[in-house]
Amino acid sequence: MTSISETEQLRYISQQAADARVNVEIETEGMTLNLGPQHPATHGTLRIIAKLDGEQVVAAEPVMGYMHRGYEKLAEVRTYPQVTTLINRIDWTGSFANETPFILAAEKLMEIEAPPRAQYIRTILHEMSRVANVMLGIGDMGVQVGATTPVFYAFRDREYVLNQIEAVTGGRFHPNFDRIGGLKDDLPAGWIQNTKNAMGKVEEFCDQIEDLMYGNEIFQARTRGIGIIPKDVGLAYGLSGVNIRASGVDWDVRRDALPRGLVYDQVDWKVWTHPDGDCYSRMWVRLQEVREGAKIVTQLLSQIPSGPIMAKVPRIIKVPAGEAFVETENPLGVMGYYVISKGDLNPYRVKIRSASFNNVSITPWLLKGVFVPDIISILGSLYFILGDIDR
Amino acid sequence: MILASWLDTVFDSFWGPTVFRSIGGLAAVLLPAGAIVYLYLFKMMSFMQSRLGPTEAGPYGSLQLVAEVGKWLQKEDIFPRKADRIVFAAAPFVVLMSSFLLVLVVPFGPDAWFVNLDTGIYFALAVSSVSVIGILMAGWASASKYSMLGGLRAAAQLIAYELPLVLAVIGVVIQAGTLNMQDIVLAQAEGEIFGWGGIGNPFILTQLLGFFIFMVAMQAELTQPPFDMPVAESEIVTGYMTEYSGIRFLLFFIGEFATAGIFAMIASVLFLGGWWVPGLDPDSNWFNVLGPLVMFAKVIVVTFLIFWFRITYPRFREDQLQKLAWKILIPLSLANIVATGILKVAF
Repeated sequence: MTSISETEQLRYISQQAADARVNVEIETEGMTLNLGPQHPATHGTLRIIAKLDGEQVVAAEPVMGYMHRGYEKLAEVRTYPQVTTLINRIDWTGSFANETPFILAAEKLMEIEAPPRAQYIRTILHEMSRVANVMLGIGDMGVQVGATTPVFYAFRDREYVLNQIEAVTGGRFHPNFDRIGGLKDDLPAGWIQNTKNAMGKVEEFCDQIEDLMYGNEIFQARTRGIGIIPKDVGLAYGLSGVNIRASGVDWDVRRDALPRGLVYDQVDWKVWTHPDGDCYSRMWVRLQEVREGAKIVTQLLSQIPSGPIMAKVPRIIKVPAGEAFVETENPLGVMGYYVISKGDLNPYRVKIRSASFNNVSITPWLLKGVFVPDIISILGSLYFILGDIDR
Repeated sequence: MILASWLDTVFDSFWGPTVFRSIGGLAAVLLPAGAIVYLYLFKMMSFMQSRLGPTEAGPYGSLQLVAEVGKWLQKEDIFPRKADRIVFAAAPFVVLMSSFLLVLVVPFGPDAWFVNLDTGIYFALAVSSVSVIGILMAGWASASKYSMLGGLRAAAQLIAYELPLVLAVIGVVIQAGTLNMQDIVLAQAEGEIFGWGGIGNPFILTQLLGFFIFMVAMQAELTQPPFDMPVAESEIVTGYMTEYSGIRFLLFFIGEFATAGIFAMIASVLFLGGWWVPGLDPDSNWFNVLGPLVMFAKVIVVTFLIFWFRITYPRFREDQLQKLAWKILIPLSLANIVATGILKVAF
């Protein structure tokens, strides 16, 4: 941590404190508030131990591990095709996106490449899982700040996307569709037009939610200037995805470090950033992310080449010895798999770099000096999935 | 004839009117509460959120409320181990008591009231604060940090919004020249707007700002979103109600919506003309039958506004909420009083 960021932090705390500081003269006794592991705002089982002075947070500490399922270890005793079933469940709202980097890493080790049609469909599904995931996150932010309606709209319109994912993969939440060297199946008939319609619905949802939620004065009052992450602090904590782009860092794996096997370079889209770094800007960038996602999917749909969907892959997959690290831009941030192979049926070691773990690790820094209601808006705007933290 | 004489003897005794009034009181509190819960919380909210709401119990799910009450009655009445048992047990009754006290002074027709106090609106505003005591009791006695935060937030909020509520009412009182709720209705029926008495003077027309302030402060008094900081379920897990279950939670629930109904009654008495409708002579006997129905219709309109805001808005933060009360609503309502006073003297 640099000294600049500490002064930034102090400045922020004093700003917060100047607003409602009564307890300078009155020495009030602190209180430890235990948010979670069962708390409606923590999307599962995150626990935050907050030391409070009145309603102001003095120190906050996230406790994770209540949902640890040991996927890294379990992956060592599964064959490569079996691993996708496990890693589907890391970020359960955008499952297909979890499979992609692992499959790409395995393909990299085997030095094969999926046929173009498979690459296109893979990118489409990756992006659709992003759309579904982030839509839910936006709706959920509404609930966190107390508006009950947006989440229902989010659930309603996410259904169009999930139906399309289900139509092609057979699974709404856990597609388990990506294969080393291609995909399990080809697209069903009529899917392309239906998906285009679904993306139209998604864009309608974005307009509606921008009007209903983002334009609301109370929503802005609850999120603007709250939970500011300066650029250098965010980078030091290893934030990724929307959370760092909202702090003004123009970095997107899809554009700047695209791994082989995804075709984001074939379409016209934009990486959105925001200079503020507060809760509102994070949510705003998320909304643009959904719009861009819908745009990418629509463009890719009209460009899908014909051809096979599976490369020539041996029936029993043995990955040659070696190491590979592939990361992709997932709905929650950058997700990567470090796969070490000894030439067996199973990977020797799989290290999963999931986005939410880093995104949540900034909370002790970020929650200092805010009020209890702000904890919730900050957690909501960081948008994590517990499975993605604990794996 | 036999029936009439029997009724005479019943109403001449002590118990006859007492039983009648008790049933009337229960009806006046529970009927609007049930109606708005079903109409708005179950159905309208669902339609606005593109859901269906209850459909199975009874036609259009209209008996869902009965099912819910039955469910709550069956649940275990849990006391936290460290709770202050007596205070914990009493708190919901204190909250509910304030609703029953509030309904006492509301006139439902030319001759239909429970008590016709000369200081009716004063009494109503005073007893509406009793619920704060109940909420503080619940927050303190639960021995839970979330409840404690919720209770304190509720106390701070209710005290802050009591002021704009009272100040908004003062404008009406100046115009009507009385504190008696029945006379406020009559003053609207016989009133004139700058010399024009075509439709009387429902005070919403001349006290529009007062009505606005009253509605905002009422929303806060009822702890409905966007002022639901004390029960913020995503932050402090329904606040002072966290530890309650079974019948005591049900009592809090009834108290919340019954108070919404009764505050809507008070708002319609103060601003919409109560049981009176423009075009009919307030002395007409028809109002003995029509009055309660007109009142109910106005209550439904006002509660619609309450629930519309509830469903639309996110919630304020505690300090923003206080700022709204002290920096905007109170100065506005003071300005309203000054303007009303000057105009009252001038015309």
